[in-house]
Amino acid sequence: MSDATSGHGHPAHLQHHFSDSEQQASAAKLGMWLFLLTEMLLFGGLFVAYSIYRAWNPEMFYEAHKQLNMQLGMINTFVLISSSVTMALAIRSMQLNNKKVTVRFLIATLLFAAVFLIIKYFEYHHKFELGQLPGKYYTFTGLQGSNPHIFFSIYFMMTGLHGIHVIGGMGLIGWMLYRTTRNQFSPAYYTPLELTGLYWHLVDLIWIFLFPLLYLIG
Amino acid sequence: MSNHTSTPAPHVLPLRLYLGVGAALLFLTVVTVVISQIPLGGWNLVVALAIAFIKALLVVSFFMHLYYDHKLYFIIFSIGVLTLSVFIVLTMFDTLERGAVYDIKARPINPKAAMYDKPIFQSQGDTTKASGFAAPTDSGAANHDSAGQAKPSGH
Repeated sequence: MSDATSGHGHPAHLQHHFSDSEQQASAAKLGMWLFLLTEMLLFGGLFVAYSIYRAWNPEMFYEAHKQLNMQLGMINTFVLISSSVTMALAIRSMQLNNKKVTVRFLIATLLFAAVFLIIKYFEYHHKFELGQLPGKYYTFTGLQGSNPHIFFSIYFMMTGLHGIHVIGGMGLIGWMLYRTTRNQFSPAYYTPLELTGLYWHLVDLIWIFLFPLLYLIG
Repeated sequence: MSNHTSTPAPHVLPLRLYLGVGAALLFLTVVTVVISQIPLGGWNLVVALAIAFIKALLVVSFFMHLYYDHKLYFIIFSIGVLTLSVFIVLTMFDTLERGAVYDIKARPINPKAAMYDKPIFQSQGDTTKASGFAAPTDSGAANHDSAGQAKPSGH
């Protein structure tokens, strides 16, 4: 075995209150899934708001969604899906004890996340210029129909909260990158990496719903 | 009690599986974009959501390993999906059918809110305030119901 022992006859990563590594890992994963559950419900509130306002203003939603750049949204979907693939492959490489490859895949994931945010920045910048902003800050004059500011309130809240999660995910992935280079993970212990992956896939999952609901209103 | 040093070998999925799922997700993205360009009426939303659910299922099953993991994690995830469905469906029953029971009159939630002080919809003229939700004027502040759009469109 390659993993270090702490002198008590058990691996260094194993906390004293767990009977073995497997129990510790499944407890950690259980906690992560409970956290992801709360994340789903956090975004769920925004999805409910979206459903209500779209049901009340179907024509306005249709007209307002044309202001979004569908090409950029599609590219960002590709970018985020690719980042999910690289994240999954980073964990797989760690399972195979291939740490150099893990580092490369984590860097690739970070780069994809950065590209996503840069594209999002250009989209936001364009909307700020046009005054397509939430609530009372809405000054755009090019849309007829009632209450188009509601669409942009929902757009900014949903993509904004998602964007914050992408930034948080980049922080986590950067931390995992640091810990991998410090040789703190092994095929026997890579739980933090796995949990970061779960979080990152959830961020991808939420975008999978945001993209058609905001950019592809038929 | 199991051996303290025992560390189970990780369940490694084949590389081709990850790449295949990734390719399927990219392909489904293209499909959903193409279909969204074809006018299908109400079916556009149904198809877009159906494809999104297939993509979500792929991500959850393979990237998040729910297909292989202990059932407990799947149950937790399902509780989230179920709760969210109840949340959305019951809210939609209310918001879409309320007009069948009561005569709905939209009115400002807080007539003193800052957003009603200034004309925010310049396209509709300086005198128009919040579109649809015309704020009560100083003189007629008491009569909220006379101002405002009657009910959600679609009825």
